[in-house]
Amino acid sequence: MQLESKVPSGPLTEKWSKYRGEQKLVNPANKRKFTLICVGSGLAGAAASASLGELGYNVKCFCIQDSPRRAHSIAAQGGINAAKNYPNDGDSIWRLFYDTIKGGDFRSREADSYRLAEVSAAIIDQGVAQGIPFARDYGGLLANRSFGGAQVSRTFYARGQTGQQLLLGAYSSLSRQIATGKVQMYNRREMMELVMVNGKAKGIIVRNLITGEYESHAGDAVLLCTGGYGNVFYLSTNAESCNCGAAVKAWRKGALFANPCFTQIHPTCIPNSGDYQSKLTLMSESLRNDGRVWVPRKKGDKRAPNEIPESERWYYLEEKYPSFGNLVPRDVASRNAKQVCDAGHGVGPTGYAVYLDFADAIKRDGRDVVERKYGNLFDMYLNIVDDNPYETPMMMYPASHYTMGGLWVDYELQSNIPGLFVLGEANFSVHGANRLGASALMQGLADGYFVIPYTVAPYLASIYGEAGQVKEDNPAFKEATQQVDDGFKKLMSINGNRTPDSIHRELGKVMVDKVGMARNEAGLKEAIDKIRALRDEFWKNLKVPGILDDFNKNVEKAHRLADYLELAECMALDALTRQESCGCHLREESQSPEGEALRKDDQFAHVSAWEYTGFNKEPKLHKEPLVFENVELTQRSYK
Amino acid sequence: MSDTINITLKVWRQKGADDKGHFETIPVKDVETHMSFLEMLDTVNEQLALEGKDIIAFDNDCREGICGMCGCLVNGIAHGPLKAMTLCQLHMRKFSDGDTIAVEPWRAKAFKVVKDLVVDRSPLDKIIQAGGYISANTGGAPDANSLPIPMEVAEKAMDAAACIGCGACVAACPNASAMLFTSAKVSQLALLPQGRPEAAKRAINMIRTHDACGFGNCTNERECEAVCPKEIKITNIARLNREFIKASIGSDVM
Repeated sequence: MQLESKVPSGPLTEKWSKYRGEQKLVNPANKRKFTLICVGSGLAGAAASASLGELGYNVKCFCIQDSPRRAHSIAAQGGINAAKNYPNDGDSIWRLFYDTIKGGDFRSREADSYRLAEVSAAIIDQGVAQGIPFARDYGGLLANRSFGGAQVSRTFYARGQTGQQLLLGAYSSLSRQIATGKVQMYNRREMMELVMVNGKAKGIIVRNLITGEYESHAGDAVLLCTGGYGNVFYLSTNAESCNCGAAVKAWRKGALFANPCFTQIHPTCIPNSGDYQSKLTLMSESLRNDGRVWVPRKKGDKRAPNEIPESERWYYLEEKYPSFGNLVPRDVASRNAKQVCDAGHGVGPTGYAVYLDFADAIKRDGRDVVERKYGNLFDMYLNIVDDNPYETPMMMYPASHYTMGGLWVDYELQSNIPGLFVLGEANFSVHGANRLGASALMQGLADGYFVIPYTVAPYLASIYGEAGQVKEDNPAFKEATQQVDDGFKKLMSINGNRTPDSIHRELGKVMVDKVGMARNEAGLKEAIDKIRALRDEFWKNLKVPGILDDFNKNVEKAHRLADYLELAECMALDALTRQESCGCHLREESQSPEGEALRKDDQFAHVSAWEYTGFNKEPKLHKEPLVFENVELTQRSYK
Repeated sequence: MSDTINITLKVWRQKGADDKGHFETIPVKDVETHMSFLEMLDTVNEQLALEGKDIIAFDNDCREGICGMCGCLVNGIAHGPLKAMTLCQLHMRKFSDGDTIAVEPWRAKAFKVVKDLVVDRSPLDKIIQAGGYISANTGGAPDANSLPIPMEVAEKAMDAAACIGCGACVAACPNASAMLFTSAKVSQLALLPQGRPEAAKRAINMIRTHDACGFGNCTNERECEAVCPKEIKITNIARLNREFIKASIGSDVM
């Protein structure tokens, strides 16, 4: 299979304007003949639905929650990057692009990452026009801060609720289009199947999560804006309903899944406290600016932290990385936390936590200063853990947070299935092997507001004669519905004795342990065997109480888990074949003599795109070479 | 580290909007006090599932207090006993061994029960659709800094914008009014210069839709403010009233 990236020719800085100048347009009178299906209502989905509705297309938007305002984009705290250079501190489109591609460890396309930086400024303008109350300075102009170790202050924010405010902005525009009738909104629907007619995406089957009924929806193109697959780890910072279902359905229909092993693990999350744990809460990374990370030097030391004398504390980050210390990048911090816990130094009830200690900061700056900076985070910690961080060190452990991998798309955000577009976290396109802080919000909105309205047009222009031709009475819908129903009946008929959660929890442990931050060949092979065994267990021993035609969370969970059990194996396989350390991940066999991550550009400067070949069959690898004409590939060093 | 307690749950069970519904008493043993309230419900459900019984339906999603999806009356209080917190942030250590805990869905004429603790809050979306936006199409927005907004104004707008649309205000109000919710959005947009051009139309259309959805009127009980997990103030309702009166008297949108 030839993977055609469709990146326009010409200099990097002119590609997007050249594309916009030369692309085919859809005449305004013809736009109303097309119906676009948008799955998901987060930043990408809400922005796309609203913008396409404004242009005159008919849009059907689907969300899994009871309202589009609840999509998980809402939980992002820190901020959104934009190359505005308001602080006059040397930022530019080029610098944001370079930081993005370097941060991604040179595993994304230059042109896609450049376009992201290029449209970033317009997102802020759009947000302000919508009434988003961004933080401001005394003079009334917008405030900026530096985020995630960036050398420039390019991050815009709305208190600690930037994701919420940006999502509510997109939701308000979406609501306006719903009121005009250009967007039809379907809440509490989950996509169950992608319907294809003559090789093109022409609709979806959804399940109504209240009644359990299946519904057919036909359209001229399908946009998946369904987020990432971080919940494959069971415990993650994602919301309960975040899932990879829509992407996996498309994968099974032939869409390629790119770089599934590129997942981001966030170093500072409140650790797991028992088997009942349902999610991990992220604490802002800014805590590492003043907190010191340590574990007891003695393995299995169960003493309370305050009883452990200074000489018996191991400040492992400060010792190993004298120049960056506690501020090493996310992946390095995460990996080292796991290593010391695996070696038996971990603390807390499960032995999988490290201390983040503010005693020195309080001594140095006073409690007031620390409280002013981190008061709300300390309160949050106190409420969840019931331990006062002003007196005892916090406990932290890394957790799955974001997935850079996703469905393969070309420059137009179109997958290899004609008519199937993928936006936001659900695609693989711009973050490479690691994502910069405050760039997830930027990408979701860039794709939805400023990319898809242009890039969907050439496809629609090319199928103009087919506009609105495929309807819900097409036999393909009946057939797909039947298959979906058969699948559910099969799940319900297993009638074993394990709940979906108990199997998912076990899958999560395998993934965290073997397919997470640091991996090796033996571990990955072991993981694949274990995932297969769990899949067998699932299909033999699953129990789904209740009935199908009802509001039944167990049905939803079981169905999503079946998808995870397939994608998990592909993630492990992807990690196994990528024999280099890169981005978030250390491949233990690929280290420098100093024990640092070693990328292998001569062998792995490509996108790994996996083709589904059938249930219980190994997916097939396709490679899209990454060509770098504008940046020099450098290795990171944090020593 | 973690203690355990035994509790008795009295949970509202209702198959759907047409079912009458009833309380079911479920004794729950050995609840670890480090669990969140929703994790306690998870473990009860896990047990019910293994026994082949219908699990308790409840809405939740982010479990970090921002999506607004969760929420029940716990012992008659929306989101439970803690101030300024959503239900997902309530932990079992706030309860004592031997407690009986009543759990009910939001009770309001405008919110139909979907199942057990789940209600239909789509009327809140309808209120937003009636005008809770600024009509700014994508593209063509002026530079973000072309419109300076005093910091205090932006902060006040942010206070109002923090609403998560959970519906606790409606559940707590004796009149089942959604005025706090409506006023938060009207205030946010009325405070900002971008929102002024449509302010009059917005206030009137959102109030009309609010009433048409079956929400009651505000009689200054302040119950909404007391339970709001994001501490939205009722001064927003005063601002809404001013906007509404201004719109009714001084404009031609009536």
